[in-house]
Amino acid sequence: MNPIYVSRRRTDAIIRLLCLAAAGIGLLWLALILFSLLWNGLGGLNLAVFTEMTPPPGSTTGGLANAIAGSLILTTIGVAIGAPLGLLAGTWLAEYGRHDRLATVIRFINDILLSAPSIIIGLFIYGLIVVPMGGFSGLAGALALAVIVIPVVVRTTENMLTLVPNTLREASSALGMPRSLVIRRIAYRAARAGIITGVLLATARVAGETAPLLFTALSNQFWSLDITTTMANLPVTINNFVQSPYAYWKQLAWAGALIITFAVLALNIAARVIGGERTTR
Amino acid sequence: MEHTVKSFDKDLEALGRRIAEMGGIAEKMISDATDALAGLDIDLARATIALDPRLDALQREVEENAILTIARRQPLAVDLREIVGAIRVAGDLERVGDLAKNIAKRAIKIGAEHHLERATIGLRHMQEIASLQMKDVLDAYAARDVERAQAVWKRDVDLDLLDDSVFRDLLTFMMEDPRNISFCTHLLFCSKNFERIGDHATNIAETVFYIVTGATMPTERPRPSSTPPAA
Amino acid sequence: MNMEMQTAAAPGAPNTAIQGRAKVVVRKLDFFYGESKALKNINIDLAERSVTAFIGPSGCGKSTLLRVLNRMYDLYPGQRAVGEVLLDGENILSPKVDVNLLRARVGMVFQKPTPFPMSIYDNIAFGIRLYENLPKSEMDGRVETALKGAALWGEVKDKLDASGLSLSGGQQQRLCIARSVAIKPEVILFDEPCSALDPISTAKIEELIDELKEKYTIAIVTHNMQQAGRVSDYTAFMYLGELIEFGETTRMFTSPVEQRTQDYITGRFG
Repeated sequence: MNPIYVSRRRTDAIIRLLCLAAAGIGLLWLALILFSLLWNGLGGLNLAVFTEMTPPPGSTTGGLANAIAGSLILTTIGVAIGAPLGLLAGTWLAEYGRHDRLATVIRFINDILLSAPSIIIGLFIYGLIVVPMGGFSGLAGALALAVIVIPVVVRTTENMLTLVPNTLREASSALGMPRSLVIRRIAYRAARAGIITGVLLATARVAGETAPLLFTALSNQFWSLDITTTMANLPVTINNFVQSPYAYWKQLAWAGALIITFAVLALNIAARVIGGERTTR
Repeated sequence: MEHTVKSFDKDLEALGRRIAEMGGIAEKMISDATDALAGLDIDLARATIALDPRLDALQREVEENAILTIARRQPLAVDLREIVGAIRVAGDLERVGDLAKNIAKRAIKIGAEHHLERATIGLRHMQEIASLQMKDVLDAYAARDVERAQAVWKRDVDLDLLDDSVFRDLLTFMMEDPRNISFCTHLLFCSKNFERIGDHATNIAETVFYIVTGATMPTERPRPSSTPPAA
Repeated sequence: MNMEMQTAAAPGAPNTAIQGRAKVVVRKLDFFYGESKALKNINIDLAERSVTAFIGPSGCGKSTLLRVLNRMYDLYPGQRAVGEVLLDGENILSPKVDVNLLRARVGMVFQKPTPFPMSIYDNIAFGIRLYENLPKSEMDGRVETALKGAALWGEVKDKLDASGLSLSGGQQQRLCIARSVAIKPEVILFDEPCSALDPISTAKIEELIDELKEKYTIAIVTHNMQQAGRVSDYTAFMYLGELIEFGETTRMFTSPVEQRTQDYITGRFG
């Protein structure tokens, strides 16, 4: 056989093996994480976790109800603020500012924001909201999450709108449709699945964020739906409990981690399902 | 300029080659038939007749290939005119062959008749002009030469005039001696055949004009009656 | 046909080799993509209720010219047209012209079928709703008329709620034609409408164009010479941004005057 071909086949086999090994190692860690979560978390998971408040130090009863509710509220408000802003900004980048210099600058800054450490964002909101308002609050936490949501949604919205074929815009315009209508009625409709996927992924991302909440929402041992004061939430609670010497707290921390992980997993699967619709249709 | 698709050029060349072969055969048939007529050479007459099937076969080939080329390549503009022209020219040459064959057949029949030498002189002259016309028009076709084609087209009037004069001569011979009637009647038909060969030459001239310019010849062909008698 | 042959118009001279009324009159039109000049001094008349085909090698400017006629180029910064394009005597290049209203009068069908991501019914109704408020029953009638006009009604009448994207390529293209026709334009521009279609679908579109010219003024860009020959009454040959030759299709395809036209349509282009 041709020696060049033989050596090419050998190289191919080696590279393929290396790729498989890399993928295997990655998956192994993921499996280990999931396994330890299930191993440690499942035991602590019971009805009380969802119904009872976070316990005081040393207690052997109590749950995460206030933290779960707080996380839901913070995430909802954060996404409710961040997603529309991101959507509008992404729309501008894709539809109006495509050839604009300003767009290039905004895109660049957005990318920086996208990869900014979330603790920086927490500090930023701390300086902007917490200090002037004179205290930690759920609102500040939600805002910090919103700041994380925005760049993700901007990016996905812009990408999805850019994927909408230009011919579709031209065809709409050729009917005499004004620009704004073309975007709202045609481009959004064509990019809908992708944009929703982007929002869901952003939601999943912020649902597990701890760092930005440390300086903003802090935590609260008691049930509170008041967003002007400190608010309990799963990530910070886990952070606190896991460092404590109390066995029950540690057990709750594992259960909380399990809950977050499966919530994020569910969101990711939902995003996959919705995103998949686009390709099959 | 050549076609981007080279085989298209080959198709057109093949058509041209067949037309050229047909032209050669037709020319030979005309002069051989006349020689046979003048020299009462029955063998030559038979040989002339034997050429005709080849001419017919070539004409069919040209038609088939032209139709195939139209179907395969959807020719336009000059290509379309080339191919339509080839079909038309092939048709004309096939008819020329038939007319020459007819002369050859008469040469065989005349063999037994009372013979009048001087009656064939006018015909010989007609044949010379008809052959010249054919040669010129085939050259014009090969070179896509409009001017030459137009010259042929205009010269046809000579042949028409000659036809008239041959007619008068033959009539005189027949009146002089009734024994000449049969012989001269055959010659009358031959004269008509030469005149028709001339018409086919003008047809081909018109086709050349069409192929090159895309237009048909501008005016009605001059008729003998509307032109001053040739010197 | 007579001996007198049409000679190409002198550079810059109006090309008025049409019969009947000129619906669109283009005069001294230049077009720029940024700094580069894509159309050079185009003068041409589009005859009312007839089909004018634009042919020429890729990049010759034929699509560009088409996109000037409904000011599609307006969508992109840096593109501009200089000169006059008169639609019924009104210069559509004037900044005072409302492009959306202009595009309602000058419809366009694209190379790739572009159904909107909505139902077949809404694909048609959407355009109508831009201009008219119709009760449901009347809208149903308009949608039906438009689909019949595009020879699509029989194939889709039982699935008007299905997505426009579920149709075949040829059906999608006819849906786009129906959509254009539904808003009652005066001129319809076809930009290589059949280049993505199979021969049967192509034949249906061509048949449709033949019917549409009873009512509309049609301009079509095509790379398919035979198609231009089949569907059009007039043909314009463009090369390197210039209009090289314009005339009746029957003449253009049997005996073009310009050597470049001849070389192009007979497949001899270098």
